[in-house]
Amino acid sequence: MSSTLESPALASPPSAASTVARPLVIALAGNPNAGKTTLFNALTGLRQKVANYPGVTVERKEGTWSIKHGATPARLIDLPGLYSLDAASIDEQIARDVVTGRIPNLPAPDVIVAVVDATNLERNLYLVTQLLEYGRPLVIALTMVDLARKRDLEIDEQRLSEALGVTIVPVTSAQRLGLDALAAAVLKAAESEAASAGGWCLSELAEREIATLIGKDVDSLSRHRALRDLYTDELPENEWRRDAIRLARERLAQSNPDWWQEPVLARYDWIEKITSKSVKSSLSQSLTTTERIDRILTHRFFGPLILIAVLLLVFQTIFSWANLPMDLIDKGFGRLGGAVGSLMSPGLLRDLLVDGVIAGVGGVLVFLPQILLLFFFISILEDTGYMARAAFLMDRLMRSVGLHGKAFMPLMSSFACAIPGIMATRTIENPKDRLATIMIAPFMSCSARLPVYTLMIAAFFPGRKLFGFLSVGALLIMAMYLLGIIVAIGVAWVLKRTILKAPTPPLVLELPPYRVPNVLTILQMMFSRAWLFLKRAGTVILAISIILWALATFPRSPQTKTANSETTVAQTTDDGGETESSEAEVKTAPGFAGQSSEHLSQSFAGRAGHLIEPIIKPLGFDWKMGVALISSFAARETMVSTLSIIYNVGHDKDSSSNSLINAVREAKKPDGTPAWTPLVALSMMVFFVLAMQCMSTVAIVRRETNSWRWPLFMIAYMTVLAYIASFITYQGGRLLGFS
Amino acid sequence: MATLENTLAIPRASLEPLPASDLSLAGLSLGAQARVIAVKGQGAIARRLMEMGVVPGAPVRVIKRAPLGDPIEVRVRGYHLALRRTEAQTISVTASDE
Repeated sequence: MSSTLESPALASPPSAASTVARPLVIALAGNPNAGKTTLFNALTGLRQKVANYPGVTVERKEGTWSIKHGATPARLIDLPGLYSLDAASIDEQIARDVVTGRIPNLPAPDVIVAVVDATNLERNLYLVTQLLEYGRPLVIALTMVDLARKRDLEIDEQRLSEALGVTIVPVTSAQRLGLDALAAAVLKAAESEAASAGGWCLSELAEREIATLIGKDVDSLSRHRALRDLYTDELPENEWRRDAIRLARERLAQSNPDWWQEPVLARYDWIEKITSKSVKSSLSQSLTTTERIDRILTHRFFGPLILIAVLLLVFQTIFSWANLPMDLIDKGFGRLGGAVGSLMSPGLLRDLLVDGVIAGVGGVLVFLPQILLLFFFISILEDTGYMARAAFLMDRLMRSVGLHGKAFMPLMSSFACAIPGIMATRTIENPKDRLATIMIAPFMSCSARLPVYTLMIAAFFPGRKLFGFLSVGALLIMAMYLLGIIVAIGVAWVLKRTILKAPTPPLVLELPPYRVPNVLTILQMMFSRAWLFLKRAGTVILAISIILWALATFPRSPQTKTANSETTVAQTTDDGGETESSEAEVKTAPGFAGQSSEHLSQSFAGRAGHLIEPIIKPLGFDWKMGVALISSFAARETMVSTLSIIYNVGHDKDSSSNSLINAVREAKKPDGTPAWTPLVALSMMVFFVLAMQCMSTVAIVRRETNSWRWPLFMIAYMTVLAYIASFITYQGGRLLGFS
Repeated sequence: MATLENTLAIPRASLEPLPASDLSLAGLSLGAQARVIAVKGQGAIARRLMEMGVVPGAPVRVIKRAPLGDPIEVRVRGYHLALRRTEAQTISVTASDE
């Protein structure tokens, strides 16, 4: 029990240990789709934090579980979903390190809770047999019991529990059934000895080798260690032990060429022996609900059609549903800007707040509703099990460009954000396939591009409908997504035939049963992503907004400078004078509004924009757009806030009539013609589809590939492609007679 | 052994069954019930398939082929697994009407 638990030397400092008991550490392990996340959310509520394990990008989820009334809450560690602890994937290594207490600042778990899906008992028990070998107290949380009953699977929990030597607690996380019993079982297990090591053994020959290996080990370690050394690809560092293992393997291979299969077979033999006594399945032949649904959803003809329809529906819905809250946020920030503008006395500080902070951050926060909706749909697709079907349907196509069906999911997540997508490529075992997937992931239109697309569409393609119900905007968005996908396919094809040449990767993918999505899981996902977005808006984007504002404000224009040098009270006089001259209009902040574009032109940002104008002119962009482009290379969505700053939107009192959309529409070139046309907007969108404009992605690619070579290559080739495509769009459009 | 899988005696084509050693999971007709004899592949994928329950003796059935004929969906130990024909060819099976 937590109150009586002695704190070992590892974790908390002794002073703390003497007064406050160390919280229990409990690890949650289980197969993917076994209901682990749902249970984790049910146990912790939303009291959880998501971080990374040190040095790697495996997501580390930890929450607090009020396991006993009045006692210190337990630390609940959610391990990545696993089929096994043996293979060499990083997820599995991390899980093993957690179980054996080799993660810094995380003691070995006092109890492991194995989440076992009752409808899929044999395969789920495989992981349990491995966990048993680690000799930690173990409790099984049996999920999907009601579903098993529906399928006429009768599980004798008592017998199963006796045979395994582990307490089994049936839980129904959604209805919070069995959670108290689970807590009680965990507390009891924490006090008791470790579970038995499992009842399987290998052939006599193999057992002898194991025994020798255990004996030879200087640290005289355990059986599971010897098993791992002998049967997995991970060889120990100690050289003579390596040799001992190599020799043992040769001896085993002499008597049985499939010697490496032995532990897997032995574990399954044991599992089958146990389940034959504790599980009864009656002879029902009826199709499961999942099979019935799949008759349509993965149908060879309807399946792909439905996949396209689903994607179209998702994007269409994001657009129509997000409108109202977006308007509200937009107006809110407009009012805030107006209010602050009228309350504060004119000057640099007011301009910084209104033009820099409020306009910049507000311009990005407007897109929070869309991001929430996108993650809402992605988590529904994942949670129902449809995402795996999409990979099943797409695998043949993915393979024809040399990619893995498993690359489909990281690429799908990249539609939300390339960073989790690139992190998710860790499930792809082959490094070259992984690299190819990483290199094309940023072509998937992420949520940070949505603000740009939406702005362009709202300004230049508003309200048009096709066939009376499909909006041109939704179709354009879809086209942008498709463009990214098509270019990604082409690039993958080229990469896989040149620098990343490798044989076609294999595919082994579970198609989990369809499930009604869990509300808590979806909410948790939506809000954790929204929080990440807000944190970015609060830190990175705020910082960029302020820097941009400064770059667009300084150095102050020549007239200002002359005024400054002529009077000793330069600053106040100058500002005061300006305000007096245009009392009614708040717009005259230095360096910004339409009439003061001369100031902007002279600023650092303006000079940079002018500098690149000759290069971007063939794409249809002027120097102001150049400023926005430069800033968007830090993060795409800052394009919107930069435009807000450039066109001075936050400064207006009447936001409803003078939003960024109108500002963009009304922006003029020096010769009086509109700066933006639908064709320019299209060219801009195409550029944003293809260009590598996200410092966070560059950083994550650097971390994942462990070199600067790949991220730099990525920036270069993507930006060149973006330039070419944008050039073709604009010049081609002009040739076709658009302006 | 407790199988979570039950079988109908699904009528098979009246062809002579291939010699057991020649039949692979990839060659199994849709809906036909079979048992795994051996996993002949090597390396990480063979290990992963076995860890997921595709071991000698396990009943398997091909449920579906994806729209372009590949990958295939099989039912093993009560769950559904998608794998490509190249991997399925390394799993030798024998027809069973258990």
